[in-house]
Amino acid sequence: MLVMKSVEFRREREATWNELESIISFADDKGLRALGADALARLPHLYRATLSSLSVARSISLDRALVEYLESLVGRAYFVVYGTRQHVRRQLADFFLWRLPSTIRRAKWHILVSLVITLAGAVAAYSLTKHDTDYYYSFVGDMAQGRTPASSTTELRDGLYHTEGATDMLATFASELFSHNSRIGILAFALGFVAGLPTLLLLFYNGLVLGAFVELYTSRGLGVDIWGWLLPHGVTELSAVILCGAAGLMLAHGLVFAGSRPRLDSLREMGRPAAVIVVGAVMMLFVAGMIEGIFRQTVTSLTVRYAVAIATAIFWISYYGWCGRARDRIEGAR
Amino acid sequence: MTTDSIMSPRARAGEHSALTREIVTPEGVPIAFELASAGDRATAFLLDCVIQIAATIVVGLALRYAGASSELLKPILIIFEFLLINFYFAFFEIRWQGQTPGKRKIGIRVIDSRGGQLETGAVLARNLVRELEVWTPLRFLILNRMMWPDAPAWALLVAGAWTFVFLLMPLFNKDKLRVGDLIGGTRVVRQPKVVLLPDLVREAQVSLQRRAQVQPTFAFSDQQLAIYGIYELQVLEDVLRQDPSKPSYYDAVSLVCDKIRAKIHYEGRVADSERFLKDFYVALRAHLEQKMLFGQRKADKFAK
Repeated sequence: MLVMKSVEFRREREATWNELESIISFADDKGLRALGADALARLPHLYRATLSSLSVARSISLDRALVEYLESLVGRAYFVVYGTRQHVRRQLADFFLWRLPSTIRRAKWHILVSLVITLAGAVAAYSLTKHDTDYYYSFVGDMAQGRTPASSTTELRDGLYHTEGATDMLATFASELFSHNSRIGILAFALGFVAGLPTLLLLFYNGLVLGAFVELYTSRGLGVDIWGWLLPHGVTELSAVILCGAAGLMLAHGLVFAGSRPRLDSLREMGRPAAVIVVGAVMMLFVAGMIEGIFRQTVTSLTVRYAVAIATAIFWISYYGWCGRARDRIEGAR
Repeated sequence: MTTDSIMSPRARAGEHSALTREIVTPEGVPIAFELASAGDRATAFLLDCVIQIAATIVVGLALRYAGASSELLKPILIIFEFLLINFYFAFFEIRWQGQTPGKRKIGIRVIDSRGGQLETGAVLARNLVRELEVWTPLRFLILNRMMWPDAPAWALLVAGAWTFVFLLMPLFNKDKLRVGDLIGGTRVVRQPKVVLLPDLVREAQVSLQRRAQVQPTFAFSDQQLAIYGIYELQVLEDVLRQDPSKPSYYDAVSLVCDKIRAKIHYEGRVADSERFLKDFYVALRAHLEQKMLFGQRKADKFAK
């Protein structure tokens, strides 16, 4: 009787494929963690054996059903073998203790550009508003109700030391300070895809509002008070906005200045760390929202306000500057 | 009817259709994946949206039931909704290896476009961009008058069109990538279905044994086997794998049998065209595989 290599080959290896198939479908239904230690240990072996079967089948067998079966099986197994295996808790720890601070350290030039543009906006608005108060309206617009050059100094001062009830605080926190700011931050990142121009405008505009705002209060002799009002949450919030801007600039950098690499490769090499930075910024905006919505509305002492501002600055600088440096060295050595 | 029209669509599209993308595993073996269609992806997305809305309603009702006042309820729901919109997809795609409940239901998943492990950064990148792709245009549609009260109609139209460019991007590039996939370096593919069909040669051998026969009923000379190539062999495989309980099966079998007999000038009498085709398949496959072992791959009947 006719002996065919491809038929013999299939007969010899079929058991391995079936075993892999049953482990894979179990893992797909119940999750990888439900697999026993035995099956888990056999998985890489079975996967590699089936992968080599596929290579062999491609070169010796003309049974298309077989080659297609092996391709799909290897494809399915590939997801299980190369999928993320860590527990979510472990991944979160990994993210916040190493990946985030490390990514931010590597993005220092983009962050610097983002910071300079914001400062440029602030300085420009400050000097323009100082010269002609009408600029305040064009920079800040209708955003600051009851806080315009038309308000009296007493009104402005009261605004800085005003306190609210508990539910109001939560309401402002949720609708204005956190979700609104985060949405703008995420948008600043995503707009980097349009060559970063909208991101630059957004950063500059943010600086303009800040500069005009500070000038108004400073001109009324409330300089120390406005910084005391602004900085406890502002250190965190402004840093977060600058980080989102930096993330958008990274995208634009990858897209526009691809260098010698394919544009899509360079885009994704910048896009992935940029997204990590945005998640960090969203977390910071959450913290800033809490400080702004709850702390600032209850604490009116200027000393405490400044103390909190300095404490948050020290915290963020040391977290992003030093957390996970040891791991950086290990990864860098690889 | 010609042989072309009885080929399965899969065979007609060729081994690598326009929707197939190859990735190379870290072991260096290329695997082909079929890209998910825009419709599949949209359906999965809508399913996920329904789940998100349902989750919001359930949480809202539960809090209400637990005695939360509406002043408290509103901010909590706003925060919940924000986290859901921005991190629902990322959470599941990290946890379930590139699948969300909706994608799982439809049978599609996210993979790294280069075949590596799906990184957390890639998942975050592809999902954060949704803010620009989906939610900004939607918000614009619903709230455009509020966001920009004194805008002329044409300006609204231009702004609306601009925002929708991102949403419709998957329809305009050959890899069906949305902006998020471009930035994250990911692809969405169909989850492959795994079915192992019986080997036709093995079946023929078994039936031969059952009939206590040593040689197949039909024999072919080397000249007769040299006419066809791999492509025709696999078309024949498709014909033989059709469902025999359907009447069209025997029509196709006798038609193909007549064509092959004419083409290879088969002189003998053929009483059973199904057995003729099966024997011819076995002989042709043995012949072509033998050639392949010596490094000669005859792609189709036109190849030398």
